[in-house]
Amino acid sequence: MADGLTPSQTIGPFYWGTLVSSCRADLAPAGVAGERIELALTLHDAEGVLISDGLLEIWQANSHGRYNHPEDRRNLPLDPGFEGFGRASTDATGTARFATVRPGPVPWPQGGMQAPHINISVFARGVLNRLATRLYFDGDPALAGDPVLKLVDPARRSTLLAKRDAEGVWRLPIHIGGAHETVFFDS
Amino acid sequence: MAQDLYRRPAPGQHPPHRVDAYKSTPNRSPRKPAVVLPQTLSEITGPLLRGERLGAEENDLTRQRMGPPLGERIVVHGRVLDEDGKPVPDALVEIWQCNAAGRYHHPGDQHYAPLDPNFHGGGRARADSDGAYQFVTIKPGAYPWKNHHNAWRPAHIHFSLFGPAFATRLITQMYFPNDPLLAIDPIYNSVPEAARPRLQAAFDLGATRPEWALAYRFDIVLRGRNATPMEDEHG
Repeated sequence: MADGLTPSQTIGPFYWGTLVSSCRADLAPAGVAGERIELALTLHDAEGVLISDGLLEIWQANSHGRYNHPEDRRNLPLDPGFEGFGRASTDATGTARFATVRPGPVPWPQGGMQAPHINISVFARGVLNRLATRLYFDGDPALAGDPVLKLVDPARRSTLLAKRDAEGVWRLPIHIGGAHETVFFDS
Repeated sequence: MAQDLYRRPAPGQHPPHRVDAYKSTPNRSPRKPAVVLPQTLSEITGPLLRGERLGAEENDLTRQRMGPPLGERIVVHGRVLDEDGKPVPDALVEIWQCNAAGRYHHPGDQHYAPLDPNFHGGGRARADSDGAYQFVTIKPGAYPWKNHHNAWRPAHIHFSLFGPAFATRLITQMYFPNDPLLAIDPIYNSVPEAARPRLQAAFDLGATRPEWALAYRFDIVLRGRNATPMEDEHG
């Protein structure tokens, strides 16, 4: 039967309590190097309605820019206890929260570096295929030279920029459709 | 130019984002095309979760509570493979499902069917070096949903896999063979027709345990690697 990919299907509304029992919203226990940050990612549908049954996952490099994965063979420090993976469901306000460290820059295959970013997977009832996007940090001087942002229509780049609120939380609204539709990536 | 490590899916393998017959999709699907990204370290790495220690009962959903759950006990097993038929070793496989009466152990599920105190419905397994995984569970029931008049979901088990990279992440659903509800299910039928059989488990008499449980086989195929590894490239 292995003559093609297994097709994607929606996560549905009832994953909670099983998948989320292994959730990890706090990625960086004490001792992990780097600037502590909090993320609040809020999911909206095409009409702006908050999506309270979504699941968000994040994947990121550590503060040195190193991924905890065998494909990252660079001679940079790995933090014991920092895998770089987070998973949290959205709450009644459509928001999933994570505590982590600010990632370092990672290389671009054709040379140079990418601006620090966090990779995001979006799942929800009604979402038939995983939606992949990225979070960048508003105000980061590295944004100007980022090769991925250069692939994005300048008018839509702001959909990828988390902004720091008065409490210091990095907030990123994610819109699945609508006038402020988030840029999703196909890789 | 560096070559992508993982092959891009050929057309016709996954569902489109928007399928009007599945009424949650029109307001939950992107309108604009995705921005095509070359695969960078961010996409060819991903969580392997090798530090997750799985309890002995995690892949046996009939032994997680005080007593055995009601329903037809089954074995669900298979291999996690890539498109070239190579095993994906050590892959973490997560499943969740409703009980035999068609109800999820979830506060949002208000279907008028009994909860089973002996069935939670979540399991995890780690594939072995050959990509083989196995669960023991009970056959989930069909249940109604409000998508359209007299809508019923065919019996299914949800599967979640990471594979070796961010680019290989997959959430899907496994269905049972010869289920008459497949024909009227907009979620199953969101997949292009030729690819739909890959969502169906096969009845597996050989893996059946006599006097104990019937067995179904469900192989999961994740994205394969391009022929030329990146490390062999120069320039």
